[in-house]
Amino acid sequence: MDGVAQLQKQLVDFTDSLFQEGFLDEQFNQLQQLQDESNPDFVVEVVSLFFEDSERLLNELAKALEQKTIDFRKVDAHVHQFKGSSSSIGAQRVQKVCIAFRNYCEEQNIEGVKPWHRCLKCLQQVKLEYSLVKNKLETLFKIEKQLIAAGGSIPT
Amino acid sequence: MENGFSSPRSESFPAGLRVLVVDDDPTWLKILEKMLKKCSYEVTICGLAREALKLLRERKDGYDIVISDVNMPDMDGFKLLEHVGLEMDLPVIMMSVDGETSRVMKGVQHGACDYLLKPIRMKELRNIWQHVFRKKIHEIRDIEHHESFEGIRLSINGSEFSDDCIMFSGEDLTSFKKRKDFQNKYDERDYGDHSSTKKHRVVWSVDLHQKFVKAVNQIGFDKVGPKKILDLMNVPWLTRENVASHLQKYRLYLIRLQKENDLKASFGGIKHSDVPSKDTSGGFGLQSSIHTNQNDVANDRDQFSGSNFYGQDLDAKNHDGDREEIVLEPKPDSKKPLTADVPDPQDTRCSQMSFDHSSASLGSDVNYTEFDCSIPKQYPWSECPEVQSKQEHKLLLQLEDGFSQQLPCVPQHYIEIDQLQSGRDISSPIKNEPVLVRCKSHRESHISPKETAIDDFSVQPKSLTAYHQSFEPSSTAISSMKPQAVDLSCITDLESCQRNLISPTDSTFPPFNEDLTVCWLQGDFLNKNFGLPNMEFADYSDHGFVADIPVHLYDTLTSDYECPYDPTEYPIVDQGLFIL
Repeated sequence: MDGVAQLQKQLVDFTDSLFQEGFLDEQFNQLQQLQDESNPDFVVEVVSLFFEDSERLLNELAKALEQKTIDFRKVDAHVHQFKGSSSSIGAQRVQKVCIAFRNYCEEQNIEGVKPWHRCLKCLQQVKLEYSLVKNKLETLFKIEKQLIAAGGSIPT
Repeated sequence: MENGFSSPRSESFPAGLRVLVVDDDPTWLKILEKMLKKCSYEVTICGLAREALKLLRERKDGYDIVISDVNMPDMDGFKLLEHVGLEMDLPVIMMSVDGETSRVMKGVQHGACDYLLKPIRMKELRNIWQHVFRKKIHEIRDIEHHESFEGIRLSINGSEFSDDCIMFSGEDLTSFKKRKDFQNKYDERDYGDHSSTKKHRVVWSVDLHQKFVKAVNQIGFDKVGPKKILDLMNVPWLTRENVASHLQKYRLYLIRLQKENDLKASFGGIKHSDVPSKDTSGGFGLQSSIHTNQNDVANDRDQFSGSNFYGQDLDAKNHDGDREEIVLEPKPDSKKPLTADVPDPQDTRCSQMSFDHSSASLGSDVNYTEFDCSIPKQYPWSECPEVQSKQEHKLLLQLEDGFSQQLPCVPQHYIEIDQLQSGRDISSPIKNEPVLVRCKSHRESHISPKETAIDDFSVQPKSLTAYHQSFEPSSTAISSMKPQAVDLSCITDLESCQRNLISPTDSTFPPFNEDLTVCWLQGDFLNKNFGLPNMEFADYSDHGFVADIPVHLYDTLTSDYECPYDPTEYPIVDQGLFIL
């Protein structure tokens, strides 16, 4: 049917773009492959878990950077955690920003920019990338829902 | 997670593998759970390391493998890895998003059998069963060696020990059956049986052995038989098989001592530095308790042809002496089996062994000290080890020097061992590795439900070394791994074992020294804890002492120790090692 076919195309195109733009990587494919009849909403569940955990992590990270004396080890630990978390669903850009975060903050001599300033900047970047991928995924799921509602099936 | 009994698997291994996943990241936990379920594994997820340890301790045989993240908030992943390796002897796979070489190396050092990088792919998880399988194979191999050894021993003992023969065939069949079952089909019940069997070992404590020796003496060494001994000993929980295997070892020990005695005569000049071993052992906390025991058992010990027979490494006092005896028989008079010797000769024997014989056949002694050193250092929880390590260290240094000089003397010793061993050699390519034998004997205990043989050794302070020496066949397990060690074996028992262990084998053995030390120390230490309530840490004992030793090694070398540790060691070990 036209509606279904259209939705399917939309879904495929959108998904492709996510991969091409680096928002998602191979790991996301793995998640999709894990989805089966016994777990038809597996991907959505996992991604939801990721969102929940990420909000928590980002909050902790922000809090750590608001302290009078910043505990950089704690900051680093949080970022590391977030890096691991984002790798679970294949949020590639988020992961990359986390790596940059750690490198940037560890660098000793960046002129004119204090360490915690750097960290704040990095945090902003992480937050940005996170919200980007969150939006993208939510859009993806919406299309999928529409597709299924229209009677179609998600192309594998 | 239920073990196989409650949820029987219809498929064979590796399906149904019971995996415990530990990760503080909920997203990963969910993903891994799904992935593992797709591999047909039985998955339990856990978000906290402490919780995971609790689960593991609650059901010792409930899991086959553990997968854990490195970075966790409540406990370092490496620490968890250590605990699991020590207490449960399970293969552990580490995971992390950080793939830095240093981290990976740390994981391996702590005993991880694999290190996965996140994001983890399904295909990586599909093959984790190999780690479980590998472990089992090694265990079985140990058992096989033990069984073969037992068989050979029986043949040596001759027809007069009909009881032993019967026992042997029984054990043999059991072990054979186990092996067959395992290799043919991964049946969880067998699997479970095997691991549970391991735990029913008789710990031949000093007291128990004393009773045994008394009974033997009463009956008369020539007329002794397991049944008679069992009746006289009057220990309700002891079985005929336990006694029979213990008797076997004892006999072999005596035979070996006698032969060594003859050999020793050629060496001449056995110095008896009075109680050097005592001095060395004096420092050990364990020693003090050992001394007491030693005094009590002294007479009995002497009867068994020197302390070597049992308390080889364990008794601080007998440490050196025992070791020597096993290898060299420094003292002819101490070798007389069942003679009521005074404790002193024993001591002298010990003393002489530790230092004087370095040049002669101290190889074994040297090795023992080495082992002791390594073990004690790692476990602060036991006072003895620490003290021991200091002293042992000195000994070690001295012995090592002596050892290197041993080569020229070795041939004689070597020959003797060869003779002894040839009778028992089963299939190992390496024949002259008394040390290996020792290891094997440990494994022996591992073997069958009857594990009595091993039990005997595990607790005996002195006998460990002795037994090992006489059990050459057992060394096949180790030796089979390393044929290369042959040339070195002549140097010392331990060395050969060492070589074997060190050479790359399918079972990643860590340096032999470490293993042996562990064994010895464990046995010794455990001995002292007789009074402690039994705890189910069969595996724990093996691993407890050597933190860095790969699990594999523990399996093979310390299987013996598992027995002794079961009843007594665990409480102590538990205190020491479970401090989080």
